[in-house]
Amino acid sequence: MIEVHDLVKNFGEFCAVDHISFEVPAGKIFGFLGPNGAGKTTTIKMLTTILKPTRGSILVNGHDPLRDPYRVRASFGIVFQDPSLDGELTALENLELHGVLYGVHSGERHERIEKLLRLVELWDRKKDFVKNFSGGMKRRLEIARALLHVPKILFLDEPTLGLDPQTRNHIWNYVRQLSTEQNITVFFTTHYMDEADRVADEIAIVDHGKIIAQGTPGALKEKTQKQTLEDAFIALTGNAIREEEASNADRMRTMRKVWGGR
Amino acid sequence: MGVIYILVLRQLKRYVRARSRIIGSLGQPLIFLIAMGFGFGPTFRKAGGGSYIQFLAPGIVSMGILFTAVFSGIEILWDRQFGFLKETLVAPVSRLQIMLGRTLGGALVALIQGVVVFGVCLAVGFRFENWELLPVALLFMALISITFTAIGTIFGSVLEDMQAFPLIMNFLVMPLFFFSGALFPVQNVPKALKIAIHLNPLSYGVDGIRGALTHGFQFGLGTDFAALGVLAVILVWVGSYFFSRIQL
Repeated sequence: MIEVHDLVKNFGEFCAVDHISFEVPAGKIFGFLGPNGAGKTTTIKMLTTILKPTRGSILVNGHDPLRDPYRVRASFGIVFQDPSLDGELTALENLELHGVLYGVHSGERHERIEKLLRLVELWDRKKDFVKNFSGGMKRRLEIARALLHVPKILFLDEPTLGLDPQTRNHIWNYVRQLSTEQNITVFFTTHYMDEADRVADEIAIVDHGKIIAQGTPGALKEKTQKQTLEDAFIALTGNAIREEEASNADRMRTMRKVWGGR
Repeated sequence: MGVIYILVLRQLKRYVRARSRIIGSLGQPLIFLIAMGFGFGPTFRKAGGGSYIQFLAPGIVSMGILFTAVFSGIEILWDRQFGFLKETLVAPVSRLQIMLGRTLGGALVALIQGVVVFGVCLAVGFRFENWELLPVALLFMALISITFTAIGTIFGSVLEDMQAFPLIMNFLVMPLFFFSGALFPVQNVPKALKIAIHLNPLSYGVDGIRGALTHGFQFGLGTDFAALGVLAVILVWVGSYFFSRIQL
């Protein structure tokens, strides 16, 4: 479903993604793990047509993001690392807008919106403004939105960042359910190793732009002789804390806190 | 078409829901209208210009549109900040459609704002001299809206700094407003000022509205329409270029 071959992304001198190759078969849940600045988000951006690779080839649902960006975009749903809802609109309006952007016809749209809002348990709040939602509710709404156009692939970039354990549990349960019942391929990143251990069929660990290990969670633990995936992860990537320059996204997060939900 | 429609609808909803913003943005034109209109009114009449409110109102309507239109560009920065821009940019639709939806939405909001200011002008004593030409006035209001929303889109696409945007826009908007003939007749001003006014696109909009509603056209209806119409098309085109270059 996703095929990446020899992918490279340079930002000037800096090599963010360094010759990576991997494949995600249809219906699998694929965890893409790595310390800060390892190249996870850069890779997702290239897979989702937002960023042009320096070199290498990508096929998403059989389409090349460079040559056929619209087909690629129609194939996936995405939950970004940062919220991307319009707070001034209601939950329902956010989904309506998404449905129109993705060309979902109105009859089907209404049906699916109801079904998905019930799935993420937000149907009772459908007429509420999104700015009044909690972080967890926003995330659930974004997942519902990402599924509205019946994508084959779901990209989740740190979907549980900053959420309480209950909500995180809930979200991963949806994801599992989608993968088993609808055969949706899931590509996710997270810093919570216990989550990755529980949900992923396969994991790739990236560091400094390279895939340094890949396999089932069990295989990675076995390979490193560790009890938990977290220990395995640290054994593979080392103990040093990665200092990251405050990126644009970090600055925006701060701004958002200052300005509130608008 | 559905895409453009839904994005326009979004802007409209956001506008209607932000009542404090509507009232807040009415404040400035209202102050100008009252302070200038009644302050300079007697002098203007004594100098043989007739009723100053009659002269000023089209300028103030243009001002209301200008400010709303140009500052609609900040919505791009807000949407970038709050992530919604990403949602639209990874959708399987062209950036041109998204840009057109946003720009038309912003322009429609500016036009409505202009109509509201127009209502305020009527309330403080403005009277039509040519009822029949009201559609022409509305056409010019729409052209001003589109032209300056496109300028807002250009700056909103290029600038990333939330604090810089209003500063830069004020720097742009103030001269546009003051050197447009919105506040004073352009016949007898010094040469340099006259050139500035002729180079200012807003002048043609102000003249179009004023010409249609009260005083007759200074530059001529055809010139006003051609100048602003051509510029609107060019600026929307330029705007779509800059919008298509936005990096997330």
